[in-house]
Amino acid sequence: MYNLKTARLMTGNDAAAYAVKQSDVDFISAYPITPQTIIVERLSEYVASGELHAEFVATESEHSALSACVGASLAGARAFTSTSSQGLALMHEILYVASGLRCPIVMAIVNRALSAPLNIHGDHSDVMGSRDAGWIQIFAENPQEVYHYLIQSFRLAEHPDVLLPVGVNLDGFTVSHSSEPVEVLEDSVVKEYLPRNERPRLDYYSPATFGAFALPTHYFEFKVEQDKTLRKAGEVLDEVAAHYPSPEGRLRKIDKFNEDGRIAVIIMGGTTGTLRYAIKSLRFRDFSLISLKLFSPFPSRELVEAVSDADAVVVMDRSMSPGAPLHPLASNVATSLYEAGVSVNLISVVYGLGGREPTIKMVLEMFEKVREIARGGGKRLSRLFLGYQGDGL
Amino acid sequence: MMQVSKLTDLYGREGLSPGHTACQGCGATIAVRQVLLAAEPPYIVVSPTGCLEVVSSQYPYTSWRVPWVHVAFENAAAVASGVEAALRALEKKGLGKRQKVIVIAGDGGTFDIGFQALSGAFERGHNLLYICYDNEAYMNTGIQRSAATPLGATTTTTPTGKLEMKKDITSILVAHGSPYVATASPHLWKDLANKVRKAQSKEGPTFLHIVAPCPRGWYFDSHLTIKVAKLAVETRIFPIYEVEHGRYRINYPVPRPRPIEEYLKLQNRFAHLLKPENAHILEAFKQWVESRWNHLLKMAEAFPL
Repeated sequence: MYNLKTARLMTGNDAAAYAVKQSDVDFISAYPITPQTIIVERLSEYVASGELHAEFVATESEHSALSACVGASLAGARAFTSTSSQGLALMHEILYVASGLRCPIVMAIVNRALSAPLNIHGDHSDVMGSRDAGWIQIFAENPQEVYHYLIQSFRLAEHPDVLLPVGVNLDGFTVSHSSEPVEVLEDSVVKEYLPRNERPRLDYYSPATFGAFALPTHYFEFKVEQDKTLRKAGEVLDEVAAHYPSPEGRLRKIDKFNEDGRIAVIIMGGTTGTLRYAIKSLRFRDFSLISLKLFSPFPSRELVEAVSDADAVVVMDRSMSPGAPLHPLASNVATSLYEAGVSVNLISVVYGLGGREPTIKMVLEMFEKVREIARGGGKRLSRLFLGYQGDGL
Repeated sequence: MMQVSKLTDLYGREGLSPGHTACQGCGATIAVRQVLLAAEPPYIVVSPTGCLEVVSSQYPYTSWRVPWVHVAFENAAAVASGVEAALRALEKKGLGKRQKVIVIAGDGGTFDIGFQALSGAFERGHNLLYICYDNEAYMNTGIQRSAATPLGATTTTTPTGKLEMKKDITSILVAHGSPYVATASPHLWKDLANKVRKAQSKEGPTFLHIVAPCPRGWYFDSHLTIKVAKLAVETRIFPIYEVEHGRYRINYPVPRPRPIEEYLKLQNRFAHLLKPENAHILEAFKQWVESRWNHLLKMAEAFPL
């Protein structure tokens, strides 16, 4: 529970900015976009007041914001930026360059729907569009997790065996703009947790070429090496988390609640809390909840272990892959189960698009429907929309 | 700042190794070699995608003897902003030392796709020297027109000749309030070298626009590169001037310009302009050259350096 003497009331965005300040970043690039903007506003205030010693560069686009981060990172700086939705889409090209050039950039992604129609509210379409960009992707459920995960992200990104960019995702508005008490660490404790590691950098006295092009003779090997490194980053994460000074804030790949439930629900982000409340308070004790904190590299082994005995597995996607056999999270879960030889009754649920936050009533109805499907037994795939008000399905 | 008046005044440090894969007679690589011989160390070079990037950085080789980074096509100025600001921050924290930043970009990466990032970096006032080697089209992808392609020139996307004028990039950067904007040609190597040094001595974003004849894309014999550059200047097509804090100086006055046809007839991209049926295009080309030169004279008179 919170120690009300030391906890501070913070929104997700406040918590992000505070964590970044304590992480002693050297470089911040920024471009405004709702609902992320407050993060960089706060950071500009920290820089202006002298609380944070960093260069704050307000670029003319998100594309340039990430490009500047790549330059800063290759120059040896600890670099941060944040964005949402269209901003992340505009960065798309450079997302791949940042991971390919092994830049340990940390970015807060305040998840928001993608246009059209234009919508400023929360869903995961933005980050799922960047799924294959080779970044480590972490999902926070509340402002407290945003704080803890961002600090751990810098250590993970800069680990010599990793050197990959990290995105820390928080749901637009529901997490980014909701205030909760947040326990913070002492500045000195964070500083000690984030030592400066040497890595190759741009330097006249030790010249190196960054961003060479590779022909078919070499390109393939680069990409496979990158994939191996990203997969290995999952192991490094455990080590990085184990050293984190706040034991309750340590980043675990998956977070389990009511493990004995026969119906496993898998979800990421802010709606986790609503489901936890429903299971706990409304006595849906036959449901277990698995909140994924790490999406990339995907923690297949941990996830399969957690759900392999379940009567049914519900996967909650807050985005869609139009035309695909399954939506992004469900697709990853199904593949993980297949690889492990586990055949289950799988229920794919799409929820919350464009900020349609599930209410307790909606969750309750969904749970009832899921129970019915689970009772029917069998090993099949069902698809549901939660909160969809249109015809059919 | 040490003036360059003879070859031995150059630092003598080659930044670009021989053995790169540029075409014979490539004007861009001649210009880059001159720039790096003149540039005051320590510095870091940023390049966007383009001919220079492709001829110099084929993994596992590199032609760069100086630190060099390429990220993408449209963002060299943004990457350079990040490098420059990061080094400033690291120096303040005792975690590094400041080094100068030089962007070397083609005209596509400057006039067109990189224009927004360029404008942003100049508006923010980063300490960097942005050099555009201008070969007047997308040569790397096979000679497509850019905003730097002059009126009438044929390219693979203007098969009957470009219908629009060349974008006046230097005036746009002067309008950004840059402390130093200049043009140069590889045949005037001392002028070019001194402009690199002068630009580097300024605080803030500076710009150097270098004419870089391209034998492949302009269709001339590869031994003529320097001659073509010289003719571009001596016909007043590519004026050599500098603008310091909005004040103009023409560094290479051309009191008796050579006939424009002398420049055009060396290059097959302009062959059709010399045909009688295209006399009106040739006339428009000449008027463009004359009006720009007269404008420059007026600026140099009204705001002399």
